[in-house]
Amino acid sequence: MTLAAAEVAPPRKFRPRRRRGRTRSTGLFLVSLLVALILLLPLAFLLVEAQGVGVQTVASLINRPLTLHLFWNTVRLAVVVTALCAVLGTGTAWLVERTDLPGRRVWAVLLVVPLAIPDFVVSFSWSSLSTAVTGYWGAVLVMTLSIYPLVYLPVAASLRNADPAQEEVAHGLGAGRLRTFWRITVGQARVAILGGCLLVVLVLLAEYGAFEILGYQTFTTEIFTEFSQAFNVAAASALSLVLVALGLVVLAGESLARGRGRVNRVDRMAQHRTDRLRLGRWTGIVLLALLALVLLALGLPVGSAIYWWVAGAQHVLDGVSILSAAGHTALYGACAGAVATLMALPVGILAIRYDGRLRRMLERSTYLVLAMPGLVIALALAYFSEQYGGGLWYQTAPMLVLAYAIMFFPLALVGVRASVAQAPAGLENVAQSLGQGRLAVLWRVTRPLVGPGLAAAFCLVFLSVVTELTATLILVPTGVQTLATQFWSYQQNLAYGQAAPFALLMIAIAAVPSYVLGRFFDRLPARAAAS
Amino acid sequence: MSDRETVVELDGRRNVPTHALSERAGAVAASKGVRVAGLCKSFSTQPVLRGVDLDVPVGSFTAILGPSGSGKTTLLRILAGFDRMDAGSVVIGGQVMEDGRRFVRPQRRGIGYVPQEGALFPHLTVADNVGFGVPRRERKGMAHLVEMVGLTGLERRYPHQLSGGQQQRVALARALAIQPKVVLLDEPFSSLDASLRDGVRRDVAHILAEANATTILVTHDQDEALGLADQIAVLNEGCIVATADPRSLYGDPSDLAAAVLIGDANVMAAEMRGGRASSVLGTVDVAPQAGTREGSVQLLLRPEQLVLHVEPEDGRVKATVVEMQYHGHDALVRVAIASPGAPVFSARVPGDLALTQGQAVWVTLRGPGRVWTHR
Repeated sequence: MTLAAAEVAPPRKFRPRRRRGRTRSTGLFLVSLLVALILLLPLAFLLVEAQGVGVQTVASLINRPLTLHLFWNTVRLAVVVTALCAVLGTGTAWLVERTDLPGRRVWAVLLVVPLAIPDFVVSFSWSSLSTAVTGYWGAVLVMTLSIYPLVYLPVAASLRNADPAQEEVAHGLGAGRLRTFWRITVGQARVAILGGCLLVVLVLLAEYGAFEILGYQTFTTEIFTEFSQAFNVAAASALSLVLVALGLVVLAGESLARGRGRVNRVDRMAQHRTDRLRLGRWTGIVLLALLALVLLALGLPVGSAIYWWVAGAQHVLDGVSILSAAGHTALYGACAGAVATLMALPVGILAIRYDGRLRRMLERSTYLVLAMPGLVIALALAYFSEQYGGGLWYQTAPMLVLAYAIMFFPLALVGVRASVAQAPAGLENVAQSLGQGRLAVLWRVTRPLVGPGLAAAFCLVFLSVVTELTATLILVPTGVQTLATQFWSYQQNLAYGQAAPFALLMIAIAAVPSYVLGRFFDRLPARAAAS
Repeated sequence: MSDRETVVELDGRRNVPTHALSERAGAVAASKGVRVAGLCKSFSTQPVLRGVDLDVPVGSFTAILGPSGSGKTTLLRILAGFDRMDAGSVVIGGQVMEDGRRFVRPQRRGIGYVPQEGALFPHLTVADNVGFGVPRRERKGMAHLVEMVGLTGLERRYPHQLSGGQQQRVALARALAIQPKVVLLDEPFSSLDASLRDGVRRDVAHILAEANATTILVTHDQDEALGLADQIAVLNEGCIVATADPRSLYGDPSDLAAAVLIGDANVMAAEMRGGRASSVLGTVDVAPQAGTREGSVQLLLRPEQLVLHVEPEDGRVKATVVEMQYHGHDALVRVAIASPGAPVFSARVPGDLALTQGQAVWVTLRGPGRVWTHR
């Protein structure tokens, strides 16, 4: 392995710079610990809940044919959709980043935008047009088309940043095109592909709305039904346990598979553009295929929503209702964005600026949230407030905001980490030695450097809240409607014409800023993106 | 302003023999430079600095030379006030910056700090970077600094639009803008291309001389230290093992560990008899060091002190060329002598002496060698 040579361990006495000054990190550590505890609250609640139901009962509830059925449904969907997403995402990323595909910049945008359309809207679009889109294959189709960008995005970024010289070296060592593609290009993108697939599986485990519309039964839909229609808390929490366990297994599996592999590059400055692969006579076919993909993933959902909107225009559109729903959505989104960003700040600073085993454990523990579907988080909070808080907080705005903040904490952390990496401690040191006091340094150096990233973290959470359905349905204050819940209730009453404008508004709110955010994270230097 | 006058008196110091310089500087302003005494610092349980004593006269250019992990950067960060020390004292410009009771914060120290890779503020232009530490109304006066570092015309550029060398010069101008008592350079050239390094090094030395700045440079590069500094402090395993001007440090080192850190060195066992040391390479005069020793010693010879001949003669020791590093003007030759278990030695020969690997050569020694008794 030639790569290993470049990763020779530093001399024994070498000490990473960021360990210096760890003496001052105690306060930061304690605050981060508090954040980690808040994040793990739902998990703790879930365990307490199961304890309350009784181990015997939980075991018998899990030990049912239903569980096996749900498990089979969840697994066969996850395997097929993940495989399809990996192929679609990696293939399209490679086409855009490494070939002379015409209109690459436009494709780069069009291929990502489907991610911004809520899955339950995509599902609504398809099933409102054709009753054939239903069940397993319907779910495979809808989910693949709406979440393959989760693989595309990281793979494209890693291909863009990977050293093209490695491919040249492989050619030089006598490896042919196919071999080079498989061993080097895919090898370079391996970590990114795995990371993307992890996100795909986690989304599939957490999805409720899309499957409900398609009539496909998974753990999530069953838990929702048990809780909100059968009011069977015991069954809901038993199934939640299985679902969370599945999530944890997936998380662990990904981190094992990722292994110690690293995308290594010796010198960023040495980067140079190599010739892109010429598609030649394949250009036409590739273009057609991409066009078909974009039409299905983007054109159809948007077109369908527009169609129902126009078709339903004769209905009187309640302008007030859409405005107030949008207002509530924006309010909750803004609060959740602020809370999640604030919570991520100490953890991100600790992660970037300090080193140590405790710190790493703490940061990892926050990733456990990824294994908790929004539905489970919402249920845990709801159950707990009812059981121990006398229902005081149940279906109140603060509870909803807390649920959002916990759910989308990992997103906020991505943004915060990236932004903290923009302002290394060295810069603050220099500013200090130039005679600036702490506040002046904060204002003149840290704020301008970190600000954009924090804003991005806020927006990521905000956008996710706009398109969140499951937790909102459970925790939204009584009598209040958000865009998602209002859409949902129209949709369930088959009032497609009235549902359509809500869908379009959500798409509009989510799509445009997503694109801007994508550009923002792309432009960050690699040191910020390294996790 | 008295600082300035003192410094003016010392102008042109780089041509003055360095012994004379340190005496003069010491006499004029012993208390105005940097004085570190008994400085200790540990990270968790691992001691990094164990009692560092250092005296930097006003106007001098002192290099702290040490291998990675020797604690150089830690020392610099403590001088700048970024890290706290465990014990000792730091006095800069006659003012106690840190001791057991007092601690002056970095922003009150008046120190120009130039970190590795410059650490320019990425969101500010060249002009704003240089003027960062200066009150707003005085920023207009920064033009001469930008000119001094040779960046006139680039004031509106952002750091990412500059080359590595230009960034380094901006960082220097930014540090000089606050008229610092001391300029601290933390391996400022290590991130530059080798081809660029010499030029930037020369520029920086020139600018600092022009600004009459007291300078402390931290580096692991001995050529850099030897070429730039008029005083070198060798830091090894958390202690200053030697402090001297470059010439005596290389030619007449007081400490074997320091001698090995500076320049190439051949160290071998030898037997002292009657003021001469005999080793596997032959017998050589030794420098008149304190006390004439007898018995077994360690002998240090620089590569220049090994003379290679292509013809055998009485008193010459036969050896074989193992490796050659050709530098153009000269070449560093590694030779192995025939006796079993003998180590490989380095010799510096003129570039026009054509030797090939495996060729037999004959060694004579040129005194004086330096000896230390075994510890």
